[in-house]
Amino acid sequence: MLTCLQLVKSFGGVKAVQSCSFEVKSNLITALIGPNGAGKSTVFNLISGIVKADAGKIIFQASKQVSSKQVGGEGINITNKSPEAISNLGMSRLFQKSRLFNNLTVKDNLLLAIDNEDTKFLKNLLGKNKITKEKEGSIKQILKLVEMESFENHIARDLSFGQKRLVELARAILNPHTFLMLDEPVAGVNPKLREVIANILLELKAKQETILLIEHDMHFTFSVADWVVVMQEGKVLVEGKPDEIKNNPKVLEAYLGE
Amino acid sequence: MIEAYFIHLLILVGIYAILAISLQLAVGFSGLLNLGHIAFYCIGAYTSALLALQGLPFWFCFLAAGFMAMVFGFLLSLPTNKLKGDYLALATLGFSFVVTAVALNWTGLTRGPLGLPGIPKPSFFGFSFANNFWFLILVLIIATASYLIIKRIIQSPFGKALEATRDDELATRVLGKNTLKLKSYSLAISAFFAGIAGSLYASYITFIDPSSFSLMQLIPVLCIVIIGGLASLKGTIIATVVLTLLPEPLRFIGFPSSVVGPMRQIIYSLLLLLILIYRPRGFFGKIELE
Ligand SMILES: Nc1ncnc2c1ncn2[C@@H]1O[C@H](COP(=O)(O)OP(=O)(O)OP(=O)(O)O)[C@@H](O)[C@H]1O
Ligand SMILES: [Mg+2]
Repeated sequence: MLTCLQLVKSFGGVKAVQSCSFEVKSNLITALIGPNGAGKSTVFNLISGIVKADAGKIIFQASKQVSSKQVGGEGINITNKSPEAISNLGMSRLFQKSRLFNNLTVKDNLLLAIDNEDTKFLKNLLGKNKITKEKEGSIKQILKLVEMESFENHIARDLSFGQKRLVELARAILNPHTFLMLDEPVAGVNPKLREVIANILLELKAKQETILLIEHDMHFTFSVADWVVVMQEGKVLVEGKPDEIKNNPKVLEAYLGE
Repeated sequence: MIEAYFIHLLILVGIYAILAISLQLAVGFSGLLNLGHIAFYCIGAYTSALLALQGLPFWFCFLAAGFMAMVFGFLLSLPTNKLKGDYLALATLGFSFVVTAVALNWTGLTRGPLGLPGIPKPSFFGFSFANNFWFLILVLIIATASYLIIKRIIQSPFGKALEATRDDELATRVLGKNTLKLKSYSLAISAFFAGIAGSLYASYITFIDPSSFSLMQLIPVLCIVIIGGLASLKGTIIATVVLTLLPEPLRFIGFPSSVVGPMRQIIYSLLLLLILIYRPRGFFGKIELE
């Protein structure tokens, strides 16, 4: 679904990503792990077009929805595309830092994710972009999923840190996509909800979604991931099935400890 | 006499209200700190005045003023779209200097500092608004319509997309929205309303010159937007009424006009200072900008 080839990115003297290559397979949950500052979030930013690569290539296999069956489309080089263009190819993401629209309600935050009809001025002026029952329904449903139903009309700014994360996760899921990238979705979320989120991810996978996940909580990561890519100092150290990674001496030394 | 004076004040309130709510759309709802708003007012006033002096009907001059300002708003947004906060403020400020300089120096068109006298009062299919009472009615109708249209815009999903862009442009883009387009539209719409306010002003005063559109004229409008509260239309209207009428009683206590003018500015600056210290959201503001 997604192929990163020899990505390079430096910030001034800091080599955040150095010749990083890996592949994300369709309909699987791939975890990207590694120590703080390994370059994981930078890789996310490169993929979603927020940060431009110094070198390397990112190929995205945008899959089209054809009568409920996923059909693989052409591989598209998204290396120099804008964030909105990449998003509209079917990519959605959650940021590591909270990026809610703080002065809007939870409901408005979610409505914004559903489609881009809201950028059409005349259609909106003429009142032809209605908030349909269907949209309301999907918002209620997703809020129920993350146990935030009673906060629909709260202003995002007033939510607690964990609640913000949950709404952001909901927003990322609601944004139309076939490929979902989550940067530390359970950081700051209580243990019970971590399990809820793990189940949500497994359900999304069951619905043929592809997920790329960054997470420091190893219990969570190994309980959902099908494939694990370990990064260190901007490079891929090793990759493999969760069981192999758990016992890999290089990974134990570099990251997992013990 | 006092009645005529009061009608005059209310007409100014109406024109200022259009100017202030349209600036609120850009500043409060879209996060575009546009200090060039007065330039759109100027463009509207000159467009309307020049066309009216050619004998064209008021409704045409009025709409042309709006469209001309809108085109300039859109054009200004193209190079400034990627600028943020302070830089956008500086660039738009520069734009307003350029517009005044053109008004001053393109004497063939604008007569420069001599200004344009004898601008006809509006009439609409034979009905004349030359009488100030009827002019007030006209201004109130247009101000109300402007208010309702802007309110409709900000309450629609389009308005929410503008607010999202204001709160976090990058997150808005990552949801797949073209924020450059959103910001261009916002600036163009905002300019349209400033343009029609300019048309009303020109045809009311019947004389314009570049000094009517200097930066000093923007300060009270910006004060209204901030004191009323960012992203609050109601606050903007209330602040327009209060701040326009507030300095007026000074005249009745016997202060001459030469004192009331500067006093107005002192009152505004003091109020602005107090608001920024004690109530940074303004009186009715709902939002906090990071
Ligand atoms: N915009 C930026 N400007 C300057 N340096 C940056 C920027 N973004 C990332 N870096 C640097 O790049 C390196 C990698 O950062 P990155 O955020 O990708 O790490 P990470 O693997 O996500 O770490 P963590 O697990 O702590 O989130 C760090 O040294 C960081 O300081
Ligand atoms: Mg990170």
